[in-house]
Amino acid sequence: MNALRRNVLKGATGAGAVAVAVAAGLITPTRVLAGAPRSAFEAKNLADAMKGMGLPPATDSKDITIKAPDIAENGAVVPVEVTSSIAGTSAIAIIAEKNNTPLVADFEFSGGAQGYVSTRIKMGSTALVRAIVTAGGKTYQAAKEVKVTIGGCGG
Amino acid sequence: MAEPMKIRATMAGDTADIKVLMNHPMETGQRKDAKTGQLVPAHYITEVTATINGAAVLKAGMGGGVSKNPYLGFKVKGAKAGDKVSVSWVDNTGDKRTDETTVG
Repeated sequence: MNALRRNVLKGATGAGAVAVAVAAGLITPTRVLAGAPRSAFEAKNLADAMKGMGLPPATDSKDITIKAPDIAENGAVVPVEVTSSIAGTSAIAIIAEKNNTPLVADFEFSGGAQGYVSTRIKMGSTALVRAIVTAGGKTYQAAKEVKVTIGGCGG
Repeated sequence: MAEPMKIRATMAGDTADIKVLMNHPMETGQRKDAKTGQLVPAHYITEVTATINGAAVLKAGMGGGVSKNPYLGFKVKGAKAGDKVSVSWVDNTGDKRTDETTVG
């Protein structure tokens, strides 16, 4: 299933091709919009990570709350909690902008799971922590700056 | 064999609050060993899935940017006390682990 999706995404030069694949029933829309392929986790910058996830540019939303410390003393463990009150939230991705590989984790919800996730991430330096929310086929985002005094990536 | 996870699932109103603590080094592959100066090979969880009574509720992809011994908290509406929660992870070396608990 994953291999199929990857091929489909790789072969798609634009949204049109994806739409055709959706229409053909090869992949469901949520599958296209949520669930990052592994390549997205290896992307070295934000734009590539977004592209790798196959997400359109996100619009800013006030309905996304990111709970993270203003100043993290230890970049190796930065608690991050994302709550999306957007109806129909199906996925949340967490991105630490200045990390070597900015995409930290992505979460896909189903079967009653709420638009909420809490985890702990590593941050190499002071950066914006960005939450990308997919809801009803649209993409939303919010960001919060976290100051890091000791980096948690690399030696 | 990987160390077991700690999973706690409690009801808050009509929503189950599920907290998972995984035991994993989460090496990014970018860190150098302090003694040898060699890069420590990447070793991190790539995928986590959670089910309640067999039905998928959460599928997560992770990169090396998740902290050591990953913590994961999520909420599921409509779950009931006594429901079986199962969480599994797979790492980049192919190692895997599944643990279960019941909603209390």
